[in-house]
Amino acid sequence: MMQARQRDSLFVASVKDSLGGALVAFALACVMVGLKVDVASGRGAELFLEHRWLAVAIAVALVFVVRLGMNMFFWKREDAPSLGLSGFLPKGGLGDGSTNLLKYGMLVLAVALPFALMYYLGSRGSRQYIDLAILVLTYVMLGWGLNIVVGLAGLLDLGYVAFYAVGAYSYALLAHYFGFSFWICLPLAGILAAFWGIILGFPVLRLRGDYLAIVTLAFGEIIRVVLLNWYEFTGGPDGLSGIPRPSFFGLEFTRGEGGFADFFGLKYNSIHRIIFLYYLIFIMAMFTNFVTMRLRRMPIGRAWEALREDEIACRALGINTTNTKLTAFALGAMFGGFAGSFFATRQGFISPESFTFLESAIILAIVVLGGLGSQVGVVIASIVMIGGFEMFREFEEYRMLVFGIIMVVIMVWKPRGLVSSRTPSVALSKNAKGISADLVQEGHG
Amino acid sequence: MSTWDNNPVLKVEHLTMRFGGLTAVGDLSFNVGRGDITALIGPNGAGKTTVFNCITGFYKPTEGRLVMNRSSGDKHLLERMADFKITADAKVARTFQNIRLFGGMTILENLMVAQHNPLMVASNWTIGGLLGLGGYKKSNVEAIETAKYWLERTDLIDRADVPAADLCYGDQRRLEIARAMCTGPELLCLDEPAAGLNPKESLELNTLLQFIRKEHGTSVLLIEHDMSVVMEISDHVVVLDYGVKISDGTPEFVKNDPHVIAAYLGVEDDEVEQVEEEVGIV
Repeated sequence: MMQARQRDSLFVASVKDSLGGALVAFALACVMVGLKVDVASGRGAELFLEHRWLAVAIAVALVFVVRLGMNMFFWKREDAPSLGLSGFLPKGGLGDGSTNLLKYGMLVLAVALPFALMYYLGSRGSRQYIDLAILVLTYVMLGWGLNIVVGLAGLLDLGYVAFYAVGAYSYALLAHYFGFSFWICLPLAGILAAFWGIILGFPVLRLRGDYLAIVTLAFGEIIRVVLLNWYEFTGGPDGLSGIPRPSFFGLEFTRGEGGFADFFGLKYNSIHRIIFLYYLIFIMAMFTNFVTMRLRRMPIGRAWEALREDEIACRALGINTTNTKLTAFALGAMFGGFAGSFFATRQGFISPESFTFLESAIILAIVVLGGLGSQVGVVIASIVMIGGFEMFREFEEYRMLVFGIIMVVIMVWKPRGLVSSRTPSVALSKNAKGISADLVQEGHG
Repeated sequence: MSTWDNNPVLKVEHLTMRFGGLTAVGDLSFNVGRGDITALIGPNGAGKTTVFNCITGFYKPTEGRLVMNRSSGDKHLLERMADFKITADAKVARTFQNIRLFGGMTILENLMVAQHNPLMVASNWTIGGLLGLGGYKKSNVEAIETAKYWLERTDLIDRADVPAADLCYGDQRRLEIARAMCTGPELLCLDEPAAGLNPKESLELNTLLQFIRKEHGTSVLLIEHDMSVVMEISDHVVVLDYGVKISDGTPEFVKNDPHVIAAYLGVEDDEVEQVEEEVGIV
């Protein structure tokens, strides 16, 4: 009896609420969906009003039914099935053991990937996948670079793509004007990007939080606009083409005598260059990871994390916070610069269009979705974001929608990113546990 | 001439701090004796924390001089130094009224961050450490030993790998003191270290402070409301009210000073005029 009454009231309440929702939907749909102004092609381009009452009815009915369903089964029920559902989702961070397994599994997979693809798909079929893997790895490297700034030091940088652009243009311009090779330009690009990081950082790092974010955003745009408008020097919107390819210890990936294939007695195949690029970005990304992980155990890395936790306490402990922030900024910028010069040599052509704010946003999204400060998280997020995005090309405009929904779902389900526990940088006992993300601060600039 | 005037570790001279029209601290002078435990007391809003913030560089004083005399003979004028240099060079460490630990880092990490400056030198500003040169490894081990020493002193050694935010309140207070001591200070400034502690913890704190003073020769300057702590362990008490010093002396002297009684404990309404006359406020 009790049960029946409750059911009844649940149903009545749900219907009432849904009717309210339907009413609001009707009011909105009447104007927005029901009336459509169109140009009559036949009658001398005259404007006329088209009524679409069926569409209004569908919209209202849809709102009513969906809202009723949500009310009945999720929102108003005490034993909502969604509670049962959450049991199936993995809880908290990935455990230490599984993270380790995942890490080495991914490493082995990454090393073997081109050969596995070649074996199964042949050189023709595997090319697009290796290309995609190169793209993913580029974003992994960018994510790891930005992770130093955002994840460890807690400085919100919305203009990271500026350093990517500085790296790319450093290489392209040095090659264009001085004919420098990739291997000379790679360190130079990193140094120049770090230099710009310091130039930007010095006046800006006194700012905190939102203010820092806005200034970095502006800096990213300034670099892009300068590249776009300095036509004589950078080629403006036409970009720079004919950027030289990297060589393998002096061996070019060309057909015929003296080329890579000729030297190793292989049959020339353009896939060699692609595989070389894959391993090049793989090594560069792993170098980024190695340096970052090592720095985390250094005083400077600990100071970055302490800065993210509490800047005032850092100053009270005698840490020069300006310099500490600056090193994080410069180092993050340097890895961005490396990735940029790789991007330039891979594409062979760059233009300011590749360095829009959207790029910064994607890199930041990778870092945030992966879990601030987590290296494995960045890899997973890059694979999901970049790989997934490219894989579902056939869905055309819907993929943007799916992409958005996935981001919302991840952020609702795991607000601190996919891998959200923090490993202590130093421990007395061997089996020290990871630190739950709830305790870790996100930093306020 | 009292003992603290003979060889002061810190001389506060005519310190004035104004925020717009409000004078938080007005022409305050006192000495902190070397090896003493000096207490700065006063009712709420008397300007105690402002004095602390001036000493540790978080505020730049409007007027006045703060002279830190290192045991090495070096003199530092604190009002001219950047806040982080005051800890790094002048060796003044502080804790905060509202505890400021690195909550997402372990207790050991908190103490390692406190040894940032010597470790930075040992790692050749990261470059040597990154290349794996031996000097850094040795210093790192030493830093861990220092951290362990302070963890043992503060009874936190069992929880070294626990995030600081997981500690209970009393432990967090002790950890903050341990962290300040890891910077190797000559003057330790504690902002209400006993606030929120139960009587037992308060007693342990007294022991810890006595130990710090005795074994490490560190002078202690503390703000405190808990009179059991102040009267028991301090050698020298300075009383502030509305930013002005109203008394300065040994705990016994201060306890019986009518200025202090009037300002701190208050008097019955009908006695106000009488006390004011005695004290000479009117």
